[in-house]
Amino acid sequence: MATERTFRVWRGDDDGELAEYRVEVNEGEVVLDVLHRLQATQVPDLAVRWNCKAGKCGSCSVEINGRPRLSCMARMSTFDPDETIIVTPMRTFPVIRDLVCDVSYNYQKAREIPSFTPDPKTEPGDFRMYQADVGRPQEFRKCIECFLCQNVCHVIRDHEENKENFSGPRFLMRVAELEMHPEDTADRRNIAQEDFGLGYCNITKCCTEVCPENIRITDNSLIPLKERVADRRYDPVVWLGSKIGLRKGADTPMVPNTRPGREAEE
Amino acid sequence: MEVGPTCHYVMGGVEVDADTGAAVVPGLFAAGEVAGGMHGSNRLGGNSLSDLLVFGRRSGLGAAAYVDELGTDHPAVAEEDLADTTAAARAPLEREAGENPYTVHHELQDTMNDLVGIIRRGSEIEEALEILDKLRDRVANVRSEGGTIYNPGWHLALDLRNMLLVSESIARAALEREESRGGHTRDDFPDMSPEWRKVNLVVSLRDGRVRLRQRAVDPLRPDLLELFEHEELTKYLTKDELAADATAKEEL
Ligand SMILES: Cc1cc2nc3c(=O)[nH]c(=O)nc-3n(C[C@H](O)[C@H](O)[C@H](O)COP(=O)(O)OP(=O)(O)OC[C@H]3O[C@@H](n4cnc5c(N)ncnc54)[C@H](O)[C@@H]3O)c2cc1C
Ligand code: SF4
Ligand code: SF4
Ligand code: FES
Repeated sequence: MATERTFRVWRGDDDGELAEYRVEVNEGEVVLDVLHRLQATQVPDLAVRWNCKAGKCGSCSVEINGRPRLSCMARMSTFDPDETIIVTPMRTFPVIRDLVCDVSYNYQKAREIPSFTPDPKTEPGDFRMYQADVGRPQEFRKCIECFLCQNVCHVIRDHEENKENFSGPRFLMRVAELEMHPEDTADRRNIAQEDFGLGYCNITKCCTEVCPENIRITDNSLIPLKERVADRRYDPVVWLGSKIGLRKGADTPMVPNTRPGREAEE
Repeated sequence: MEVGPTCHYVMGGVEVDADTGAAVVPGLFAAGEVAGGMHGSNRLGGNSLSDLLVFGRRSGLGAAAYVDELGTDHPAVAEEDLADTTAAARAPLEREAGENPYTVHHELQDTMNDLVGIIRRGSEIEEALEILDKLRDRVANVRSEGGTIYNPGWHLALDLRNMLLVSESIARAALEREESRGGHTRDDFPDMSPEWRKVNLVVSLRDGRVRLRQRAVDPLRPDLLELFEHEELTKYLTKDELAADATAKEEL
């Protein structure tokens, strides 16, 4: 059964504004379907990013009535019949046009993380891992890189100035994943704090709240990473070790030449 | 919940040299789903991934070797070709009047879905070809609103031209192939034909129109044929072919 609903959709770039439309909605549809109908019938140049319509590619992230969500997974049946639906682009990233953001910040942060570093003496097939060690990072590997967690995190949402020194939950989770890997030899605890800004996170769990893959980002990655960092930095034995030079050079630096301006500083 | 069939894979694609990924157009290389010939009439589950790995590498090496061979002798893009392409791309934005590309797109989708879909019939494919013929002028005259930054309506206007060509190619080839095999099912020709197994259909663009030709396929080498279990072969060979194969094996 078709009904007509009111949509308010962001048009333009960062200085754009909300435009109001009345649009047909059919049974079983999601917000993305309705945006596509708007495109097809009223605003052919409406910029919307999407790919899979199955909640698996992470490209259709927007804010619906203020809540960061995948538009392809937002069922119209979950809204009141006379509720106005407001769709805006993710606020934390620059708007290219309408609902499409430039999410390069995230790719930049991904590049800075030193990749998996097994012992060079190991060959494929050498790893012997406990099932628990295999299982732990599996949860983090469900990430579809929708960047909704990055978008919601207050550290950067309204603080452009923090972006340089904060990698956001998605990429701190990646650091945690590598830290937990029993065959990884790099020590990322220092850069997690110094370069990727783990200390900015005050475990509000907003990232966990919006994650469409229901990854328990805060509880299972950020907090354990904080505990490991605390061991490295505040454990008196480790502290003494680093004072008397036992730990010298053990801290893995972030990937060189990935952060603009950084080399010039050092 | 609505449940319906959807496209999973395109068998067939750009004709390439298997060793280098080189297409017939000099300097064009293709690998993966867009390349044709790898999977015959029906791709088996999981085989796309292995295709991508093997032929992605081959095409990369092929393209690199091609560029090395050119040395300093790189072909230049003709200024007038650039100007023509730019003008053609801008045309939908500059048109004062014209149809909404989404309307034409929906009609193209419906035509292909209803008439050249999963179960095909000669008379229906002919009907589809007539409709596609009428869509040609409409595709050429769609109008897009807005500018050049992230404009889906404009992108669709540009894509439509290729969608129409691909649709016509599929319909023409499906009409020509009077048998059922793999992903191609003809209601009016329900059986597999040993004659059609020896033929590939090749389409190309000639003076803006789709040209269809038949080309002989190299027969499968007996030593390769032997690698398959009988059960598997029954899916692709007719009874007569299987009998011939069995006799040949006995003679070995
Ligand atoms: C639902 C589903 C499940 C599948 N499951 C399996 C499976 O389990 N195992 C398996 O082996 N295969 C599977 N397949 C098939 C397999 O996933 C695909 O065949 C394979 O991913 C194709 O890869 P590709 O790189 O050739 O093409 P694509 O991944 O389609 O890449 C083409 C790229 O070209 C880009 N592009 C298009 N036009 C332009 C342009 N004009 N300019 C620049 N870029 C452009 C696109 O954005 C895209 O990134 C599945 C397919 C589907 C649909
Ligand atoms: S838990 Fe930490 S990373 Fe997650 S939203 Fe809160 S402050 Fe940001
Ligand atoms: S962790 Fe969750 S919210 Fe964050 S990018 Fe991955 S899938 Fe999206
Ligand atoms: S379109 Fe892929 S996640 Fe929504």
